Amino acid sequence: MKRVFVIGAGATKIGEHWDKSLRELAVEALLAAVRDAGIDKREVQALYVGNMMSGELQGQEHLGTLVATWAGMAGVAAFKVEAACASGGAALHQAYLAAASGLYDCVAVVGVEKMTDALPNDVTSALLTAEDQDYVVFAGATFVGLNALAYRMYLSRYGVKQEDVARFAVHCHKMAVNNPYAQFRREVTLEEVMSSPLIADPIRLLECAPVGDGAAALVLCNEDFLKRNPRDVLVEIAGGAVATDILSVHERKDPLAMAGFRKAAGEAMKRAGIETKDVDVLEVHDAFTVLGILTLEALGYAPPGKGWQLVADGELEPGGRIPTNTMGGLKARGHPVGGTGVYQVFDIVRQLRGEAGANQVEGAEIGLAQNLGGVAGTVAVHVMRRVR
Amino acid sequence: MVWAESIPRAWRERVKKYRLLGGKCPSCGSVVYPYRQVCPYCGSEVLQPVELPRRGRVISYTVVRHPPSDFVGKEPYVVAIVELEGGARVLAQLTDVKPEEVREGMEVEAVFRRYREQSPNGVIEYGIKFRPV
Amino acid sequence: MKFSMKVGIAGYGAYVPIYRIEGSEVARIWGSGDEEPIKEKSVPGLDEDSLTMAFEAARGALEMAGVERSEVGAVLVGSESPPYAVKPSATVIAEALGLTPRVVAIDMEFACKAGTTAMILAAGLIAGGAIKHGLAIGTDNAQARPGDELEYTAGAGAAAYLLSGDSNRFLAVIEHAYSYVTDTPDFWRREGERYPRHAYRFTGAPAYFGHIVGAAKGLMEEAGLKPTDFDYAVFHQPNVKFPLRAAQMLGFKPEQVKPGLLSGEIGNTYAAASLIGLARVLDAAKPNQRILVVSFGSGAGSDAISLVTTDKVGSKRSSLERFLSRKVYVDYGLYAKMKGILRVA
Repeated sequence: MKRVFVIGAGATKIGEHWDKSLRELAVEALLAAVRDAGIDKREVQALYVGNMMSGELQGQEHLGTLVATWAGMAGVAAFKVEAACASGGAALHQAYLAAASGLYDCVAVVGVEKMTDALPNDVTSALLTAEDQDYVVFAGATFVGLNALAYRMYLSRYGVKQEDVARFAVHCHKMAVNNPYAQFRREVTLEEVMSSPLIADPIRLLECAPVGDGAAALVLCNEDFLKRNPRDVLVEIAGGAVATDILSVHERKDPLAMAGFRKAAGEAMKRAGIETKDVDVLEVHDAFTVLGILTLEALGYAPPGKGWQLVADGELEPGGRIPTNTMGGLKARGHPVGGTGVYQVFDIVRQLRGEAGANQVEGAEIGLAQNLGGVAGTVAVHVMRRVR
Repeated sequence: MVWAESIPRAWRERVKKYRLLGGKCPSCGSVVYPYRQVCPYCGSEVLQPVELPRRGRVISYTVVRHPPSDFVGKEPYVVAIVELEGGARVLAQLTDVKPEEVREGMEVEAVFRRYREQSPNGVIEYGIKFRPV
Repeated sequence: MKFSMKVGIAGYGAYVPIYRIEGSEVARIWGSGDEEPIKEKSVPGLDEDSLTMAFEAARGALEMAGVERSEVGAVLVGSESPPYAVKPSATVIAEALGLTPRVVAIDMEFACKAGTTAMILAAGLIAGGAIKHGLAIGTDNAQARPGDELEYTAGAGAAAYLLSGDSNRFLAVIEHAYSYVTDTPDFWRREGERYPRHAYRFTGAPAYFGHIVGAAKGLMEEAGLKPTDFDYAVFHQPNVKFPLRAAQMLGFKPEQVKPGLLSGEIGNTYAAASLIGLARVLDAAKPNQRILVVSFGSGAGSDAISLVTTDKVGSKRSSLERFLSRKVYVDYGLYAKMKGILRVA
């Protein structure tokens, strides 16, 4: 396996982009990443487009070729990669594998989603294609509802107050204030979160990642490419892994075990040669506040049922013990579904390059990104390392 | 949505839905719903079809207030994880109960109800919900 | 009519939805100032229809009878409010009960008489040696035009009877039957119309009373029986007054009628009405008692059936009492949503 490096990164702001189409968002991010890499776009040999719902929301598949064409890169090996909300992370994993294998020397990944093209109830239905259509969606479950089932179990099992979990959203908003790419850049109070409308009890509106549009892209290359094109490289993908869990959360023996995440995180860290204590900056998939807390506990940063304390004690801030979602996470930076897995790495890359501005984690060297698909049915974990 | 009107898909699953047909794994003893040939826990490929017990208890529940398109007009409704006698877990709606009356651990029994219509003049899909005992 | 072989009831079930609306609440919206004909009626939930109610009643009947599914040879469903105009409820019910594919199945319409006619036809199939056991179901989510006087009474419910030729299983034996039918347009609904129409006072003497008396007298004459030979009389019950007056006209006493008279609590459940009344009676009956059931369906006709209980009656009871006692009241707005008067899409 060859070493793989991130040589270019680009993204659109996340928001309601009424005047930009799916393909335009993808091309904007992709060409920004190519420019950032300082290469000619024709040097990219393979393109991976991470996206979940283009078929349902835009009636559009064949995204690899569509994006390649509109980016002026027709001819490149191109693919759409789908793994529900982990589409971005899964696409990144495929790009990483391509470069690590040595079959391709320079590859690109763009994660993109355009959610505002469809009516709200239809977006809810499209998100549900992540779940068992015949036996879970059939019962009228919503994606928020399925996470709510786990949330209620968590609160009951550990006797935790919902406010303490909901505080995760307050943290994310505080971080996003200094992120120009974020969808929401204003702080929220815990009172606002706890009085926001119920979506699926007990989950409240401000505990949920928002609906939005956006695209983020990365250009990767392997060491062979660097030999021919020497440059200052700052970020390496030190390790990556993808794992699955039993699809339906209610079928797992313990719905709160995060078995898929534990497997993927363990493998990714082993491949990167690190342990959790080495992680300087963390991106967790906080589609709902409870997922952020469960992840921190699964990584061992707090015992089960006590993850909320890290938030309350400020340990997730740039100066804390485990800086987490320092650019706002899914809650405040945004969650254009297929784009998220790439946005997470984009945010870590900025930290490792020292480009994080007011939210900079001093001396950040190792970053870990967790991207979940469905209710953690697919998990993609990547570890990034600063190199010189 | 394109997949909403699928007569063959609803027809194919009807017996599993109507009769709560699950599978028992002879290797690891797990019981799953719906019936399938391969055990999701141990990978054994010889699951036995079995009509599951119609009583169970609520493991967790939520109240859906923003439904997907085909459940608009039915909200708020309760979706619960029900653990049946024997251990199989089913994801289903609760009915004949007010959302505020639902409790974790509540004893429930299976009933045959109308879940949704594929379209206003399309096929009606029936299945199993649960009501308090 | 007599059947060439003894046919009896081996199991029965009845179902009424949990929701109720009071007559006074209907009057609050449409109020005419007259006294409401009944106290309250049953209302089906958003996820219920005549098919789901029929299934619940049928499941109860099958469970009580404890027969082998493969030996149930017929599912006959009487209703005037099936969920599809074309596609029978009988196939869904049969599939859900595990009786498919080898079964005689059909949906039938004869207003509130369809359930008892289903029983007569099932009995015929059994007595003819064609099937061993048969399910006869009466079910309705009764429709009435909002604001019409019938809205006070249009209820919802279902009852099912597992008939059998196996005398070891009899809870009650069908002794005699008599059907009395004429072309009488007292209540009807044209194709494509949402709500039925009726002919007001014409629904009384020429329709309800004429046919109930015709069938009951016909049966008693043919069978050589008189009112005092019966312990119970269950009449079709569109309200509370009509069955009591029919009883009086025929020479029955109120005490014979009241145990099977439920319309005051659940309304007129149309094709299920007399059959739910019969289930209530069977739940309370003792061995060797004689029961008369006389249905009435608009259009018009009555089936009179005479039953005698065996010593096995009372060893089993249906869940009817449980369903009658659990009640959640709704206001007219929620009622309108549940009955489909208020449409979302």
